[in-house]
Amino acid sequence: MDLIWQGIREAFQLLTSNAEVWGITALSLQVSGLATAVSLLIGLPLGSLLGLGNFRGRSLTMSLINTGMALPPVVVGLTVCLLLWRSGPLGFMRLIYTPSAIVLAQTIIAVPVVTGLTAAALQQLDPRLRLQLLGLGASRAQMIWALWREARLPLLAALMAGFGSVISEVGASMMVGGNIRYQTRVLTTSIVLETSKGAFEQAIALSLILLLLAYLVNLALTWIQQRRVKR
Amino acid sequence: MSALLEIHDLSVERGGRAVLSVHSLDVLAGEVLAVIGPNGAGKSTLLLTLARLLKPSQGDVLFHGQSLSTLNELAFRRRIGLILQEPLLLDLSVFDNVRTGLRFRGLPKAETRRRAEEWLTRLGIAQLGTRRAGSLSGGEAQRVSLARAFALQPELLLLDEPFSALDAPTRARLLADLQSLLADTKVTTVFVTHDLDEALLLGGRVAVLLGGQLRQVGPPEKVFSMPADEEVAAFVGMETVVPGKVLESDQGQVVVDIHNLHLEAVGDFPPGRQVLFCLRPEDVTLWKQSRLPQSSARNRLSGRIRRMLPQGPLVQVEVDCGIPMKALITRTSAREMDLKEGQEITASFKATAVHLIPR
Repeated sequence: MDLIWQGIREAFQLLTSNAEVWGITALSLQVSGLATAVSLLIGLPLGSLLGLGNFRGRSLTMSLINTGMALPPVVVGLTVCLLLWRSGPLGFMRLIYTPSAIVLAQTIIAVPVVTGLTAAALQQLDPRLRLQLLGLGASRAQMIWALWREARLPLLAALMAGFGSVISEVGASMMVGGNIRYQTRVLTTSIVLETSKGAFEQAIALSLILLLLAYLVNLALTWIQQRRVKR
Repeated sequence: MSALLEIHDLSVERGGRAVLSVHSLDVLAGEVLAVIGPNGAGKSTLLLTLARLLKPSQGDVLFHGQSLSTLNELAFRRRIGLILQEPLLLDLSVFDNVRTGLRFRGLPKAETRRRAEEWLTRLGIAQLGTRRAGSLSGGEAQRVSLARAFALQPELLLLDEPFSALDAPTRARLLADLQSLLADTKVTTVFVTHDLDEALLLGGRVAVLLGGQLRQVGPPEKVFSMPADEEVAAFVGMETVVPGKVLESDQGQVVVDIHNLHLEAVGDFPPGRQVLFCLRPEDVTLWKQSRLPQSSARNRLSGRIRRMLPQGPLVQVEVDCGIPMKALITRTSAREMDLKEGQEITASFKATAVHLIPR
């Protein structure tokens, strides 16, 4: 028990004095934020197509996306590693062990989450709403925009789930980023490293930051939800 | 009046199954056409096809003489107004909901404001402007839906059972308001409903859809008193529909034989012609005594009460007079006459109350 209390005390000291800890945090936010943004750019239109479209192969694509939502990060890490490895098909891009490689791996993890939840959010809307919007003279783009607006809360949840899935993953970041100090070390890989070294205070400090990030993200979502309820 | 919409040999399939077939139907400019039929008759399919939200598998619909298939789809949809059974309001303020269609059309903000305010006032809900749509009652929401459609100043208004989910008093108030709005704006309207009272109140003409087929079109009084066939008769409330044969015919009056009962009716059919004898329950009078005083009712039948079914303030009395006959009377009459099942009774009705359909 003493070990834990001592770890927490030292963790707070590290948080106020250690610049490296904050550098790791900044990189984590940058990499996971960018991966979430890219996954949103892909997942929102793709999820809308799956949620609103009626085409051949839709069910098959939907089941693949749903499977992808449970994609193990280490499998993604291995796949991206093989692609970006110097002798791999994309080796010429020299991306392995760079933050870009982590962004790529995390995007692959987040896209199915954002896509699947976007499709589900739009499928939950009354299907007659589309007819009503078209009957009001909406173009296809105006209709989709109005539907996104109607489903904004579950879409926000999709965004948060996408971010949550990448900020907390460790396997893929470790494999394609290499956990290189000052270059590709993010919160999760750093926690693994510090724990394996027995540097518990450092690991606890980083864990507290990770928890704080998760809390802030949920706080933002709750605030938006409550604001909507009060109106 | 010229036709705003002309339907020619229209056929619509859904899920590979033919659900609507209309050989010919015109909607005249400025008229209110009420399309009636039971659930699943194809009414909504017809409306969505007219709104160009469903593509016909065959046939054509002309709008101002131009085929819908040749008109720009979006431009056409921006000339109509569509109101569905549920108001389907967006999660916005009432005011912004009314402006939605106007904003889709890219109208200037001042104009969308002006029109939204005008129509909220005309529908008596100006005070609800800032309320969120989700906080409205069913009647209020449907008023917003009406304001949203009227604000578009459509050339054609399509309404799909807009009041069917509302309670009776709210429905009655909305119907009265809609009636006066339609009279004021003179907008060409197709109003779909399964409620005969709504059709009677609003429809300048009535079209009957049964099983996806257009069975009869005409003024309401004609459709309701002279249905084209047995199924239309049953749908419009002709409860007694029995087959018979014309025995005698003389100057527009006939005697019909039904299971050896000779009943008088108005019609111009030759003797020997097979007909359907149709009678509304509200046209039948019940008497306790078998000897009736002299009256203009030409038909009198004795029988026994088979069943009595309360229907709100009324009671439907089924009488077996050799033919199954239904009479609709008030609860007060039933009580004062002390009617009971199994009791002997006499039913009378006028020859003019009978509608004959040739078979």
